[in-house]
Amino acid sequence: MELVCPAGSFPALKAAVDNGADTVYFGFRDATNARHFKGLNFDRSRAEKGISYARSRGTKVYCAINTYPQPSGWQAWQDAVDMAADMQVDALIAADMGVLGYAAERHPQLKLHLSVQGCATNYEALRYYQEQFGIQRAVLPRVLSLAQVEHVASQSPVELEVFAFGSLCIMAEGRCYLSSYLTDESPNTCGACSPAKAVRWEETPQGLESRLNGVLIDRYQEGENAGYPTLCKGRFEVDGNIYHTMEEPTSLSTIDLIPELQRIGIQAVKIEGRQRSPAYVAKVTQIWREALDQAKQNPDNYLPRQQWRSELTNLSEGSTTTIGAYHRAWQ
Amino acid sequence: MKIALGPVLYFWPKRDLLNFYAEMADQPVDIVYIGETVCSKRREMRFIDWIELADALTNCGKEVVLSTLALLEAESELKTLRRLCENDRFRIEANDIAAVQMLSKAGLPFVTGPAVNIYNIRVLQQLHKSGMRRWVMPVELGASTLEQLLKQAAETDLDIETEVFSWGRLPLAYAARCFTARYRNLPKDNCSFCCIEYPQGIQTRSQEGTELFTMNGIQTLSGDIYNLENEIPDMQNLGVDILRLSPERQGMEQIIQRFHQRIEGVTESTDANRIPLLDQNCNGYWYAQPGIDRVM
Repeated sequence: MELVCPAGSFPALKAAVDNGADTVYFGFRDATNARHFKGLNFDRSRAEKGISYARSRGTKVYCAINTYPQPSGWQAWQDAVDMAADMQVDALIAADMGVLGYAAERHPQLKLHLSVQGCATNYEALRYYQEQFGIQRAVLPRVLSLAQVEHVASQSPVELEVFAFGSLCIMAEGRCYLSSYLTDESPNTCGACSPAKAVRWEETPQGLESRLNGVLIDRYQEGENAGYPTLCKGRFEVDGNIYHTMEEPTSLSTIDLIPELQRIGIQAVKIEGRQRSPAYVAKVTQIWREALDQAKQNPDNYLPRQQWRSELTNLSEGSTTTIGAYHRAWQ
Repeated sequence: MKIALGPVLYFWPKRDLLNFYAEMADQPVDIVYIGETVCSKRREMRFIDWIELADALTNCGKEVVLSTLALLEAESELKTLRRLCENDRFRIEANDIAAVQMLSKAGLPFVTGPAVNIYNIRVLQQLHKSGMRRWVMPVELGASTLEQLLKQAAETDLDIETEVFSWGRLPLAYAARCFTARYRNLPKDNCSFCCIEYPQGIQTRSQEGTELFTMNGIQTLSGDIYNLENEIPDMQNLGVDILRLSPERQGMEQIIQRFHQRIEGVTESTDANRIPLLDQNCNGYWYAQPGIDRVM
């Protein structure tokens, strides 16, 4: 399976390439991609430098233009597609049908991947994207159980990529407006979930508080790990009970599932985290490279090393990992 | 301008659901969307029950549209969807691209619901080519984007009807996980169909008491009621064809009457007639602000 790693910056790209990524993915420095954070991502000259570095070491480069343009912003998305095509990226990762349609018409040589933000969870939807836009691959949302992934894979008209490690979105991607309900930005419109401009941390007599646009998302007692105030991981009150109503802060890790994913015909595994540091990207890429190599050489006796698990756990949000929706009981 | 009643998003006992629609049959709504859009495990109503209900509402002069599931994960769900899409009598509301694929293959015209991502003119054109004849604007979009989109649609002679989610709890997200079952400490696969005990969903507040969300199985709705009653004149000017009211268990007749009177001009649309929005109402998305905001 192909190891697809995040490049939120040139140093992170380098870290991924140097530690064994088969492919790196990046976005431009604006709202055209789903990790639109201050100080992250690439302008044209950095992107060219990154592509050249990756290519010289045999690593492929994908470009994510995976948010949803509105009429006022359309030109910026169109320009981004033209720029990616001009730089001859190995594939464009897109979600919006308008962007996919434009890319397919204007740049027929450009390979298209359906982004996770396109939210295709079944083979009928995949057929539509394949027939209409000629997509060659789709990234599956993190909402399916392993059995469901297997079923989609058995009927899919295109290659499939799944999430392997990183932050866990529990909502069907591309269809979650929790962020824009409380702030004015969402992953779809601006590539931002709980945008940093709306986040406030405050030490109070009740504990450390995280707020999003003034709304209390969580309150931490001494010694508790404080997480980024993503709405689906907040602690809220229901009928007098205060708990993580949707999900605890935790990361997805599927290192145990590699042989299964391989067996059911998944072509690529994706590491989430363009917002993460180069050191993080280096470590996670290195571990996954080792794991994938071991599973390839010896699929029947693959055994994840305890050291990989503990290192990945230490790198994770809330210092815990889960296989999430892949395991039906988690749902 | 027409009034549509959106699909019931909650899980109500069959008798309550049928009683609700019996009451709605006399109301001044033009279009009624029926069907399960949230969870395939909610089976109080079988396929034949929905068709019978559709017939009954049609006989009362309503246009009936069958709404379909938004998040499709299993083959059994695709099978149910296929059966609905193959019915040759009632139009379908597609809430996932799977339904778009099936309907376009069958050459049938369809409606897209708010869970289908239409943010620009190219997507409208693409889906129109596939057979879409009416669309419901995604709930996080507002007046300014709609205005530009409808202008572009008019310039390109795109023949479509536009519907705007105008009253009710906003559908904000769909998840892998069932939050109602989680609240009850039950696994999703053995959930005891507990959603049926929460006909208005489960209210979720911040630790300081701010109404945030309403949990409805795998769906997250807004905690507040989205209300565009004061924006009806704006929508008329923009060329919105249909206003969607999303069912709640209590008080729908009154809401329908208020919207009906506004549309018919019984209540003059002047600033003085703007209704004061209640604390539990919001309208921010329409003004490109956070959805939860209340613009007076």
